[in-house]
Amino acid sequence: MSSERSAFEGAPEREVASDLFRRGVMISPILLLLCLIFWGVNGLACGAIALGIVLANFLAGAWVIEWAVRISPQLLLGAVLGGFVIRMGVITGVVLPIRNSTWFNIAPFAAVLIFLHLGLLIWEMRYVSATLSYPGLKPRIKRQKKKKSIG
Amino acid sequence: MLSLIASTINILAAAVTEGEGLKAIGAGLGYGLAAIGPGVGIGIVVGAAIDAMTRQPESAGTARTTMFLGIAFTEALALIGFVVFILLLP
Repeated sequence: MSSERSAFEGAPEREVASDLFRRGVMISPILLLLCLIFWGVNGLACGAIALGIVLANFLAGAWVIEWAVRISPQLLLGAVLGGFVIRMGVITGVVLPIRNSTWFNIAPFAAVLIFLHLGLLIWEMRYVSATLSYPGLKPRIKRQKKKKSIG
Repeated sequence: MLSLIASTINILAAAVTEGEGLKAIGAGLGYGLAAIGPGVGIGIVVGAAIDAMTRQPESAGTARTTMFLGIAFTEALALIGFVVFILLLP
């Protein structure tokens, strides 16, 4: 029981999602600037909407997993699949009303949506795979060791 | 009730003959088909992660991290389908 409880403590997906969010915010000025240069102010607005969708999607996905695991692992599958359907519905609901607007341009929207989503995941995956392969190099463990040695 | 069904059929027939309706049906069908794959993929990823967590509770953190990344990668397919859906809509 204790091992089961410890297995579902903490929130690694929240850490990953906050990392993705931080990196997304870091590169957002470059992306938005590119949208502004290539597609003008309308492109900037469409890029900003796509950026918001991608970052909110990551955070919402992590929150659903964290919430479901805290209640029961049996709930996880249903919550993740339900969350996926709801998030796709929300994204569709956000974009459908504005897609016929004169200022809406699909090119910057699609480019930011797809490349930011995949790019952030690939960026994060490099760090996660390195951490899994070399757990001793994880920065947090280093800090803890330092604290122990000082203590 | 019958009149409602008849009027719906009339509206659909008019939409199909105009061509715009066919585009809308194609877009909706495409998005639906594009969402089936990620749905199945997410089911497989989460199922395998639950299996790993229950077999080895001490590695649940690793399983959850990789599960989250797997889900996010799978969702990218649905997002691509969504973009195609927006492109195809009349």
